[in-house]
Amino acid sequence: MVSVSITRAKVEAGLRRRHRREVLLRASGLAATFVGVAFLAVFFASLIGQGASAFLQTRVALDVEYSAELLAPDGEFDPQFADFDAVVRNSIRERFPDVRDRRERRELSRLVSVGAAYQLRDRVVADPSLIGTSERVWVPASADVDMVVKGKIERDLDESGRPVSDRQLAWIDALEADGRLEKRFNTALFTNGDSREPELAGIKGALMGSFYMLVVTILLSFPIGAAAAVYLEEFAPKNRWSDLIEVNINNLAAVPSIVFGLLGLAVFINWMSLPRSAPLVGGLVLALLTLPVIIIASRAAIKAVPPSIREAALGLGASRMQVVTHHVLPLALPGMLTGAIIGMSRALGETAPLLMIGMVAFIVDVPGSFTDPATALPVQIYLWADSPERAFAERTSAAILVLLGFLLVMNLTAVIMRRRVERRW
Amino acid sequence: MLQRNTGLTVVASALVALAWAPSADAQAGRDYVYIVGSSTVYPFSTVVAERFGRGGSFKTPKVESTGTGGGMKLFCDGIGVDYPDISNASRAIKGSEIESCARNGVTEIIEVKIGYDGIVVANAAAAEPVSLSRRAIFLALAKQVPGDEDGKLVANPYQRWNQIDPSLPDAKIEVLGPPPTSGTRDAFVELGMEGGCQAFPWIKALKDSDENRYKSICHTVREDGAYVEAGENDNLIVQKLEANPDAFGIFGFSFLDQNGEKVQGAAIDGAEPTFDAIADGSYPVSRPLYFYAKKAHVDVIPGLRGFLREFTSERAWGEDGYLTYRGLIPLPDEERRAVATAVNALTPMSVASN
Repeated sequence: MVSVSITRAKVEAGLRRRHRREVLLRASGLAATFVGVAFLAVFFASLIGQGASAFLQTRVALDVEYSAELLAPDGEFDPQFADFDAVVRNSIRERFPDVRDRRERRELSRLVSVGAAYQLRDRVVADPSLIGTSERVWVPASADVDMVVKGKIERDLDESGRPVSDRQLAWIDALEADGRLEKRFNTALFTNGDSREPELAGIKGALMGSFYMLVVTILLSFPIGAAAAVYLEEFAPKNRWSDLIEVNINNLAAVPSIVFGLLGLAVFINWMSLPRSAPLVGGLVLALLTLPVIIIASRAAIKAVPPSIREAALGLGASRMQVVTHHVLPLALPGMLTGAIIGMSRALGETAPLLMIGMVAFIVDVPGSFTDPATALPVQIYLWADSPERAFAERTSAAILVLLGFLLVMNLTAVIMRRRVERRW
Repeated sequence: MLQRNTGLTVVASALVALAWAPSADAQAGRDYVYIVGSSTVYPFSTVVAERFGRGGSFKTPKVESTGTGGGMKLFCDGIGVDYPDISNASRAIKGSEIESCARNGVTEIIEVKIGYDGIVVANAAAAEPVSLSRRAIFLALAKQVPGDEDGKLVANPYQRWNQIDPSLPDAKIEVLGPPPTSGTRDAFVELGMEGGCQAFPWIKALKDSDENRYKSICHTVREDGAYVEAGENDNLIVQKLEANPDAFGIFGFSFLDQNGEKVQGAAIDGAEPTFDAIADGSYPVSRPLYFYAKKAHVDVIPGLRGFLREFTSERAWGEDGYLTYRGLIPLPDEERRAVATAVNALTPMSVASN
């Protein structure tokens, strides 16, 4: 009895301290979670605050006259020589007929994007019967106008301190009062390739580049990774060699990605003389990068299949091959695919290896094949973040939001697949 | 069975992809111009490339931003579709680069001087405007500065601007600038700091007697925290200046031009960093920009001749051309005409000139 009460006294003496520690541990855990969530919230808030406006683009309505004199000077319409710039200039001047001074006229023309002329050209090329007629067309306003309308250029600053002049502000106000200035959904952001004019710049080229790269990556890394994992788990003898291989694979998963870029440059471009800047090479490099991740995830998935399944199959007379292809692989496949998706989302976010193989480049044309020059989405973000033009700041944030959207969808798919398809034992 | 078949198909298609990949020679008939080089020329080169591509007759040239040195290396690697047609440079090509080009068969190089770029020392627009001398820049940023007597150097003791010159603000010296890998940094050190260095007669005399010592005095930037390497992203420097009115930043004129209401450039040796002052040469910290093209590629690569013509057209690089809106300072009229004539005649640079 005595010993019990002594023990009890001892425990009670320490109890408050233990409780206090427990509360402290919980509180610090909660605080850590809270800090993490707060950082994430700030990150998203600043991205959305900066980038949301990029999904809208200011457009201006022009009463365009497709004058035959300008478009078909010698009676024949030739898109190469037709002066659509003059058509655009004339239609904006028509709205402000008082502007006579040459310098002022130039300022006036700069309210409209240089893309307007291309847009009109495309319309007339599609339908040459427009020549000689007039119509009202909504064309993109220049990036500076866009920034003023969105309130990103402060109006009350001194004229010398902002990129638009007082006159231009007055014209913008006049156009707005007419209802000729409107913010509309920025389709160019999704349908155009890169451009140095912010109002024409889009991420389609980068998206297609990323898409082609990921196709190459998954086609190579998943089958190879899965096969390696099956061999290492099911067939390989456990000895010093297999240990060595395992250590090396784990090591490879932690190698900085730039190293894979250097490898890609040396092997694929210099030695195999594949084209620079091509999604094919990018995909090969990213396949090397994701391979260790996929092998590790696949091995874990195969390991999670209970040995009783294998033994039962073997006991019923199945061959090793049949055990693997009929039982182990189907059961492990959800886990392996999850690993592959996570590997892919890592590949989607990589820029460093692409730097070495020439994919950090200004490429306007949207790539149409695996060997066309291309960039990738994160590279596009990097290039825009480095541009001096103000309007690229919001487009950078918008592109980041799109990239995050893709990553979210991919990672969500991985989670759902794990929840739904994976069997638990 | 089904699972196995799909698995096999995937494996088979991957093998096909692998087998096909090494034999692919997609650049065999490259139908676009391929440009590499300086990140300073990149904003101008890309604008011309885009305009040229939108003209509709040729594909848009591909412009890679590799830095001047990296670009020259790729450029000089050889002749043929695998190698770049044009290399942008924020300095003239070096003799060693011409030699390495020649070793690889790149002998006829067309040099195109496209204009000037000013390097500005700027602070937040909200802060007091400052007028600096190159001497003050040197004293503020050099690792070692001249001591009391000639020939003696001491570790840079200056911590506040007004210790250098009482007319300068009473603020801690804090300058954000590009890292040593940057061409902007090279040019700033050569034009700004070395210029200030020459204000000391005995250092100037060293240039002839002991050039290595001269360079190490004039070109070494202090490392005690007063000069902050802020990365190559000039937008970031602009943002940091806005947040800290006491700090100064070093970047190219085009960023000052685009962010006029956020930052202001300091006058250097009495000259404000304006378009006109850089163009007429009165602003001291400015440098010429170039690009180099391979004559052997003209008429082999579709569009190269047209691109050269577009870049050297008045509507691009002229007084009122679209490049001036991006911050390029055009060459004087006469020189511009001379360069354009030489380029359109495809006159290669004479090797002896370098």
